[in-house]
Amino acid sequence: MSRKGVKALVDSLTRSDKHFNKSEVECLVKLFDTLVARASSEYAGSGFDRTMFRDTLHSAFGMTDDVVLDRVFSIFDRDNDGCITVVEWVEGLGVLLRGTLEEKMKFCFTIYDLNGDGYISKEEMFQMLKNSLLIQPADEEPDEGVKDLDHDHDGKLSFTDFEKTVRDENLLLEAFGPCLPDIK
Amino acid sequence: MGVTLARAAQWTAAGSGTDTLEITPWNKSLLNQIIKFTEDFSTKHPQEAAYVFREPLEWKTCLDSSAFGEGYEINEATVQSEAKDKDGQPLLILSASTLRVRSFDQLSRLLRIAVEKKLKEAQACLEANRDPIVKILGPEYGTVEGEDTSILHLFDKVEKESGLETQLKMKIILLLHQLDLQLLNSSLKQISQDVRLNPAAVNNEVNLLKNFSGQGEDTVLESLEYTSDYMFSNGCRAPPWRQVHGEICYLVIKPHDTDPLYITCSTAGVFLNGGQLKGKDIDYERKSDLYKDIVTFLRERSPRFVENMAKQNQHMRRIISMWKVLRFLANFRAFMILQKIGEKENKASSSLEDVGESSSETDEDEQPVRHQEGNTDLSAEYWGIQKLAKYVKGGDPTATVIALCSMRDFNLSQESCQLAIKDTGCLEVLINLLDTEEIKCQAGSLKILKEISQNVLIRHAIADLGGLEIMVKILDSPDTNLKCLAAETIANVARFKRARKTVRQHGGIKKLVELLDCISVGSSYQAKDTETARCGALALWSLSKSAINKKAIRRAGGIPLLARWLKCSHTNILIPVVGTLEECASEPSYRLAIRTEGMIENLVKNLSSEHEELQTHCASAIFKCAEDEETRDLVRKHEGLQPLSDLLGNSENKQLLAAVTGAIWKCAISTENVLKFQEYKTVETLVTLLTDQPEEVLINVIGALGECCQEQENRGTIRRCGGIAPMVKLLTATNQALLVNVNKAVGGCAMEPENMSIIDSLDGVRLLWSLLKNPNPDVQASAAWALCPCVENAKNSGEMVRSFVGGLELIVNLLKSKDKEVLTSVCAAIANIAKDEENLAVMTDHGVVPLLSKLANTNNNKLRRHLAEAIAHCCMWGSNRVAFGETKAVAPLARYLKSKDPLVHRATALALYQLSEDPNNCVIMHENGVVKLLLAMVGSTDDALQEAAAGCIANIRRLALATEKAKYG
Repeated sequence: MSRKGVKALVDSLTRSDKHFNKSEVECLVKLFDTLVARASSEYAGSGFDRTMFRDTLHSAFGMTDDVVLDRVFSIFDRDNDGCITVVEWVEGLGVLLRGTLEEKMKFCFTIYDLNGDGYISKEEMFQMLKNSLLIQPADEEPDEGVKDLDHDHDGKLSFTDFEKTVRDENLLLEAFGPCLPDIK
Repeated sequence: MGVTLARAAQWTAAGSGTDTLEITPWNKSLLNQIIKFTEDFSTKHPQEAAYVFREPLEWKTCLDSSAFGEGYEINEATVQSEAKDKDGQPLLILSASTLRVRSFDQLSRLLRIAVEKKLKEAQACLEANRDPIVKILGPEYGTVEGEDTSILHLFDKVEKESGLETQLKMKIILLLHQLDLQLLNSSLKQISQDVRLNPAAVNNEVNLLKNFSGQGEDTVLESLEYTSDYMFSNGCRAPPWRQVHGEICYLVIKPHDTDPLYITCSTAGVFLNGGQLKGKDIDYERKSDLYKDIVTFLRERSPRFVENMAKQNQHMRRIISMWKVLRFLANFRAFMILQKIGEKENKASSSLEDVGESSSETDEDEQPVRHQEGNTDLSAEYWGIQKLAKYVKGGDPTATVIALCSMRDFNLSQESCQLAIKDTGCLEVLINLLDTEEIKCQAGSLKILKEISQNVLIRHAIADLGGLEIMVKILDSPDTNLKCLAAETIANVARFKRARKTVRQHGGIKKLVELLDCISVGSSYQAKDTETARCGALALWSLSKSAINKKAIRRAGGIPLLARWLKCSHTNILIPVVGTLEECASEPSYRLAIRTEGMIENLVKNLSSEHEELQTHCASAIFKCAEDEETRDLVRKHEGLQPLSDLLGNSENKQLLAAVTGAIWKCAISTENVLKFQEYKTVETLVTLLTDQPEEVLINVIGALGECCQEQENRGTIRRCGGIAPMVKLLTATNQALLVNVNKAVGGCAMEPENMSIIDSLDGVRLLWSLLKNPNPDVQASAAWALCPCVENAKNSGEMVRSFVGGLELIVNLLKSKDKEVLTSVCAAIANIAKDEENLAVMTDHGVVPLLSKLANTNNNKLRRHLAEAIAHCCMWGSNRVAFGETKAVAPLARYLKSKDPLVHRATALALYQLSEDPNNCVIMHENGVVKLLLAMVGSTDDALQEAAAGCIANIRRLALATEKAKYG
């Protein structure tokens, strides 16, 4: 991309995305270009494919869960073309790193809502939490999550339930498994 | 016993090729369930329990006859049950360690007798009776006939035969099937996890198949061999470069009816490979579909295998049927789990409550009254927390965080919950979590610790477990939220000395002070900074209760930071900041800093806050700081006296009232302030607060009134408002600090003759006098001081004083006190009392002269002054002048003239004038060079001093003249 093109891109991104300042956007775009250039995937030039994205997040933030990373990918990839463009990259990272509580809640909820029906069902919770218990309690299941979070008691978790809970207790933002990078 | 169970259990056993049950956790839990089933059988199903087995269950027991008791006939090593069947045969026989049992009733009794050996007995029984149902009900009920049809077959039979016995059998078989199902359910998770192949599973299967392989028509295979004998330590036989593909081992299988099969066992399953190449190499390429195990693979490949398998012994068949059942149930159960979570949860918790109730009954015996209420509550919480503690302990960070958050749903401010966390060992886990890297776990744990550390026991436990050290470490964390939580928890825990010391020794104070140091302090505050500073200040507040910590805070640079935050307007941070300042104001260095850093202005400003707690702390801080005169002036300059005065109207909040009255008291020490208070009619309000107030308020109110009394106008005001009676009444109080202030106030009032007559009529002087007997020197001194104006202003005071039996002796003896203030005040009182000649005579009899003389060698100007006054007045009787000279009081007194205090000069001159009436004293004075000093004093503007000095000089001169006359005349 020409130098002028980069500058215009940075400017427009700085305007559209409030999470980063200009120099940060510049760095992110540069990083994007470097990573894309290094990769030799079929999308080379236009963006990340799934594997590359996974590797990048893994090495940058130490996120290891492939299932979660795949979900993150599909959230980043807003036009669903299997490729993350530079715009999607900067805006996605905006939420991931600098997102407000609202944005993060929406992000996490979308990750946990495996089938995308707007609810986190017991099945989905079970699926996500099944590996969470190191000791297997003889006859009980890790259903505490359902109990705490389900404010309207309809047996599944809507975004409203989720939002209310997380507002009460921020720690429950990543209730069903880590999906945001740890800031250390 | 459970048929399927026997299969399930045997399955493991068969794999290892022996006839014993392996001691695996799974088997153990199966056995335990069987034991429970059997034990409860006789109570739940009494009719069925009486059913006599077709054949006895027979096994070698490790119980001996001594274990049996009631209900058994014991004959040396043999034991027979008293219960017999209809043929008179006992239902239980033990002989030579062989046990035969013929009913469920006896089985359950036996298990109860076995106690700890239950498990062993059940195991032995099952090992010896591989198909217990055959023995119980008869061979036709065995599981030989088929896998899934057995129960239908039974049902047919039952239908054909009718009668009580058959019905019983039917019930028993149903119960046993129920047990089977239950056991399978519980073993499902275990089995379903093993679906992926692993080296141990492959090895088991190979060994099993080997058992049934070899020459002959009926074997399932001709042979089955590993291609390699070498086994790696992880159980695999595949070479390492193939292991990375998940391959475990390679087998050569010769079935009866086909060519040898070369197969690969991998973690994904079993498949046909390309066979052995020339040499020893194997063609690893996959040539077939994947199968989940070797048996399934062979079923596809070899019809003879299937045929012979069918013929083969029961064990094999059971394994396969088990697989089917288990796989079906695995799916079914996963479904059930999701459906029934809610129900189960309810059931579980209600049954837990039952347990709790019964256990608390034993408590009731010990402390019936206290524990009665909320008994069930306590247990429910206890069990709930215990359950959560399990999740906290045994989960990944995500599960831990959920469990921690759920724990916070309990009412953690309730003592029962706090103690439950401690008793379940959860506290240790919480503290251990602090030492991890998981920010969310640390935060969750701190949030709980913060709540429960309201409890004294928990605070001490946290300190004992080393929690403070870790929390101090967390103060270095880059996560602000975490730092805040740690600081807040420290604030709660550090309420006792040892904890405060621990925090200091681990460098906590410096870190906490740093929390106050936020960049954006000044014009605009960010919410986050305020929160950080608030938590830091809270912790410092707790810590500042130790004197060493106060110094440490100052050294860490805390004072300017506190001063900076004092300027902000957030009540929630002002409270801990002012609280810390208030605590530290006991140190003179802090009082100086508070004055010089301009904090008084802010303290005064916050007196007008809407928050009572903040007002209280501000008033308290002023109370402590106003010991210093300059501070008192500053309070006035910043117009703090009016709000203080206004706050007196709020008499509901006693803490606030105590702080405000304290501040008024100290401020009233300055006369200018008293004048201001007069303007605000503060004295009138204070008088109304003399009754029905707690002691801490009374002390300050009386103290303030005592200071105000220095102004004549106020003395009249107090009288007009009816303040004298309640004051005199307070002379009977017991609190020493209160008494000191009351004495002072009464003394102040007594300066007004009108007031004095009221005090006298209330017998106030007698009360004051009796306070001289109080052991506290402060009380003694203040009482003696108060007596001075009383004696001075009372009508017929001489008479009054004489009427106190032993009173004069008492006050004279106080001259033996070691306390300077007592001595001074008593001297002052004696000077007043001695104005009455008769009383002076009595005091002289009690030896007042030598006692006063003994005090003469002092450097204390105040004492010198009152002592000189006392001496001057005591000279008026008999030969006291001579006596003072003899007891060597004159020479030291002469030196008093060199003191710099004019009040001392005056009193001394008076005393010397009196003493100079005796010639010997004149000689001593002359020798000590008083004449020159007195001459200077004759030029004083103080009339009394002038007169006394002149009189004294005149006496000395007269003596000199007389001597000269005697010599030369």
